[in-house]
Amino acid sequence: MRDVLEKLDERRGRARLGGGISRIEAQHGKGKLTARERIELLLDPGSFEELDMFVEHRSIDFGMEKQKIPGDGVVTGWGTVNGRTVFVFSKDFTVFGGSLSETHARKIVKVQDMALRMRAPIIGLFDAGGARIQEGVAALGGYGEVFKRNVDASGIIPQISVIMGPCAGGDVYSPAMTDFIFMVRDTSYMFVTGPDVVKTVTNEVVTAEELGGARVHTTKSSIADGAWDNDVEALLQVRRLIDFLPSNNQSGVPAWPTRDPVDRVDGSLDTLVPDSANKPYDVKELVVKVADEGDFFEIQQDFARNVVTGFIRMDGRTVGVVANQPLVLAGVLDADASRKAARFVRFCDSFEIPILTFVDVPGFLPGTDQEYGGLIKHGAKLLFAYSQATVPLITVITRKAFGGAYDVMASKHIGADFNYAWPTAQIAVMGAKGAVEIIFRQDAGDPDKIAEKTREYEERFLSPFVAAERGYIDEVIMPRTTRRLVARALAMLAEKKAERPWRKHDNIPL
Amino acid sequence: MFKKILIANRGEIACRIIKTAKKMGIATVAVHSDADKDALFVEMADEAFAIGPAPAAQSYLVIEKIVAACKATGAEAVHPGYGFLSERAAFARALEAEGIVFIGPNAHAIEAMGDKIQSKKFANAARVSTVPGFLGVIESAEEAARIADDIGYPVIIKASAGGGGKGMRIAHDRQEVLQGFARAKSEASSSFGDDRVFVEKFIVNPRHVEIQVLGDKHGNVVYLGERECSIQRRNQKVIEEAPSPLLDEETRRAMGEQAVALARACGYDSAGTVEFVAGQDKSFFFLEMNTRLQVEHPVTECVTGIDLVEQMIRIAAGEPLPFAQKDIRLKGWAVESRIYAEDPMRGFLPSIGRLVTYEAPREGTEYDVTVRNDTGVAEGSEISIHYDPMIAKLVTHGPTRESAIEAQASALDGFVIRGIRHNTLFLSAIMAHPRFQAGELSTGFIAEEFPDGFQPREPEGETATTIALAALFMDHVMQERRRGISGQIFPHRAVEFDNERIAMLGRTPYPFAIGRETLEGALIVTAAGGRVYHVESSWMPGSPVWRGFIEGQPVVVGVEPLLNGALLSHAGTRIDARVFSPREAELFALMPQKAKGGSSKQLLCPMPGLLRVLSVAEGEEVKIGDPLAVVEAMKMENQLRAEFDGKVAKICAKEGDSLAVDAVILEFA
Repeated sequence: MRDVLEKLDERRGRARLGGGISRIEAQHGKGKLTARERIELLLDPGSFEELDMFVEHRSIDFGMEKQKIPGDGVVTGWGTVNGRTVFVFSKDFTVFGGSLSETHARKIVKVQDMALRMRAPIIGLFDAGGARIQEGVAALGGYGEVFKRNVDASGIIPQISVIMGPCAGGDVYSPAMTDFIFMVRDTSYMFVTGPDVVKTVTNEVVTAEELGGARVHTTKSSIADGAWDNDVEALLQVRRLIDFLPSNNQSGVPAWPTRDPVDRVDGSLDTLVPDSANKPYDVKELVVKVADEGDFFEIQQDFARNVVTGFIRMDGRTVGVVANQPLVLAGVLDADASRKAARFVRFCDSFEIPILTFVDVPGFLPGTDQEYGGLIKHGAKLLFAYSQATVPLITVITRKAFGGAYDVMASKHIGADFNYAWPTAQIAVMGAKGAVEIIFRQDAGDPDKIAEKTREYEERFLSPFVAAERGYIDEVIMPRTTRRLVARALAMLAEKKAERPWRKHDNIPL
Repeated sequence: MFKKILIANRGEIACRIIKTAKKMGIATVAVHSDADKDALFVEMADEAFAIGPAPAAQSYLVIEKIVAACKATGAEAVHPGYGFLSERAAFARALEAEGIVFIGPNAHAIEAMGDKIQSKKFANAARVSTVPGFLGVIESAEEAARIADDIGYPVIIKASAGGGGKGMRIAHDRQEVLQGFARAKSEASSSFGDDRVFVEKFIVNPRHVEIQVLGDKHGNVVYLGERECSIQRRNQKVIEEAPSPLLDEETRRAMGEQAVALARACGYDSAGTVEFVAGQDKSFFFLEMNTRLQVEHPVTECVTGIDLVEQMIRIAAGEPLPFAQKDIRLKGWAVESRIYAEDPMRGFLPSIGRLVTYEAPREGTEYDVTVRNDTGVAEGSEISIHYDPMIAKLVTHGPTRESAIEAQASALDGFVIRGIRHNTLFLSAIMAHPRFQAGELSTGFIAEEFPDGFQPREPEGETATTIALAALFMDHVMQERRRGISGQIFPHRAVEFDNERIAMLGRTPYPFAIGRETLEGALIVTAAGGRVYHVESSWMPGSPVWRGFIEGQPVVVGVEPLLNGALLSHAGTRIDARVFSPREAELFALMPQKAKGGSSKQLLCPMPGLLRVLSVAEGEEVKIGDPLAVVEAMKMENQLRAEFDGKVAKICAKEGDSLAVDAVILEFA
């Protein structure tokens, strides 16, 4: 009997070594951790239960039958993050470069199916060389199976991808269909076709980092939702993110005890909005001061910085925040910002996370660049996403809410539950100067008259009160009391139910 | 007594004066520029009166506007604070002409003492010891050099009308006199509207000791002990204390009596300060008399128990001094730090912006230690480019110098300022400096001890252990809270974590074992060597200061959140701290250290300001240390120098441009 037990230990030991010590050292030499080390950091100590440890590929072409390594390039299983169940698969670069074979894909599919059935988040850690060429179409089939399950699980369980090494070709589309993609700076890259193919096809000379590094994907392409300096930082931050996320679309947001009083008053918010309408301020100060303990997990912080998105907690419970950022492009909505915010709003709505919106928006960005780029369609995405949301929606207008952008930013008209305005709010079709030049076109030659009319317009319309008189604004509030009012409103809205008529699915302007 | 007074000043000193007026039952009027309309002092005053645009020259410095404000509000008297119009005889006269009382000395005394040349003549007549120098007006650089040759080097060139270090130049040889003369004149002119300068002997390794005097309108004059203000940077005071660790009773009396003699000689009838330069051998020479309330007056108030502002008001109202010299007793020791909006890590360049977070240490007296914080700002206030960058004056008073320093150090560690750069860490480092603690001061202290500017040290020894324990405690609190999250698979058996934890300070590991909590709530922690610590705190996540007790000793640590950790500051040291399980620490050690940004091939504007001088042209070769440009901000000219040898490829700004922080001034090839 003892022999058998020892044998199991020995087989496990061999499997855990993956591609062997020298490959592990090579991995470390690149500043990367191994698949199992990553899982250790991601999960609570001792909580990982590995599945399919002894799975091997069945390929017999190109001498592959002589090269078999238990696990076949991916480590899969489940465990807990602060006691909550998550499923995980982690590509093992030390085994066949982490390449995807039929059996490798089957292992991933198994945990995907389990995660969906158990309604628990799934996290994929990517560090691999794409399809296992030796297997050909079998590998492609494997990809397809994985993709299909990504889609089936979308909106039901949170799916997170962390790119921690190469991720190319077929490998990129599974992450692309998950809710969040994070990258590790300098050691990860993501692209459909690599620099060599690019060179052959287009003669363009580009490095892997320039083509698909963390910097590119967090600032230019918006493929990645964030990036961190190394594996340890990244995995600890994913743990932090999971603490914000519901386990599934019906579990409700997680809660934890906080000692930050919900009725905390912050006098400094009264001076946040500068006297001059043209002076910017940092809306993140508002987000952080309203949030529990100043804790803000920002999503896509380096992309379309004119809108800020991320998670905070109010009274220990997760809330999604969308805020125009006056510090960048005056907080204007452009195509990128609209897409970024729309996707975030839809994530929150899928998972029953209430949304708090801070509005200071001078409108949509004008210009051929934007119009040719489909601003109408991208702006419509955000409008669509908000209009469609049934989660509790609370909106606070801090300063400008001009034109169509006013409607888009979770206005009363598209379904927000509470619409507050600070006394500094200006809710209007446009700024005073532009409005007066149109309304009083005949007086254009008379600067005194224009100035007088501008003053009149400012007094009448550049305040929250015209909107409040119509009930578009529920209450004009003191900035210092924002946290208290938002927290109370959220508590009251906890049981909100909004029904939609049956449909197969909507037709968001993609 | 007056029913209503007007404060012709702003910021902390206006707040300070309003506090005393309130205590005395006197109504207050604040005058303010447009930039200050929401300032704390305006809010504190009973009435506010706008006096014009932000630049002081168009508001706080306009005598007619202040006089008009008095008439409009019915203020009977004006307290000028320090700076601005406080030492303008013309202002005292203008008020007098309107029947308004100037809360300060009479105009003759201001005139006599306000001019450094005249004041020396008075001092000589009153037999006050003075520094050798030339008292006449100097017309040219050549003349200055000739005079300097006569006095012997080193010499100092100073603005006749100045104070507070502006327009001062030290010259070690003839060449430097020739160079510095024009710059001193131009700074004197831009700061004081008077370009007269004079030259005198420069005392090596000097200390700055000053005597507070108080005279009334009935011929009584007393001295209230001394203040030592030797900790200065570029002749601006940074840390002051009372009494001075240099003086003995005899010297104190000698200086005090000379100061009183001078005050009597000029008919001084308010609070004033006689400044001396003192040698390490306790020799002392008269420098100048400041005919106003000093910035650093609180340390004197702490050790004498006398409210100087109250006395100034009473004297102005005609009351005689309520005490005689024999009644003045110095009690304990007081230390004051000036908290400035400046970046000690970037050559002390001024910083402006919004005080996103501002949490001052709690004021009041606990046991025998008093904390006092004189400030004119609150969280959300704006530090603007228009005025002095001082945020607060933090004063601690204890029975001994040691206790005052210790209290000051803790108060600085717990002083939270975010949104702008500031110098609390630098001040905290001085408090922890052995030479400062030994009282071996000189005006060269900062230049000598921080020759390459200030970079926070990494903690070592006991300081490191203290910081590691604080980090550990905070991690423990957060870890415990994570265990309280909803939705766990074993809801009745919270997830367990390793009790071995490693506090990583930078890349140095400090391993500990977390034990149980005592009934009193202290966490028992065992260090690697087996030493056991009791750590107690009511810190909660998100709080920017960790206050607690380690082995019963009070500890204050500043906390700034970082990714997966926190930047902790304590006793002038600062370090990024992360707390890991042993396995996490092991894997973290495998992570490559990434260099932070490369050396810049651009010259960036280090602060918002005006590009005054551009010293190079495109294509010019520069050597390390060569002057590149002068940026003026907060009335100070800041010389930007080449940090490496190179060639100027492109000039991106022109003289007279108003530049934002990090705006590109020029690019190197």
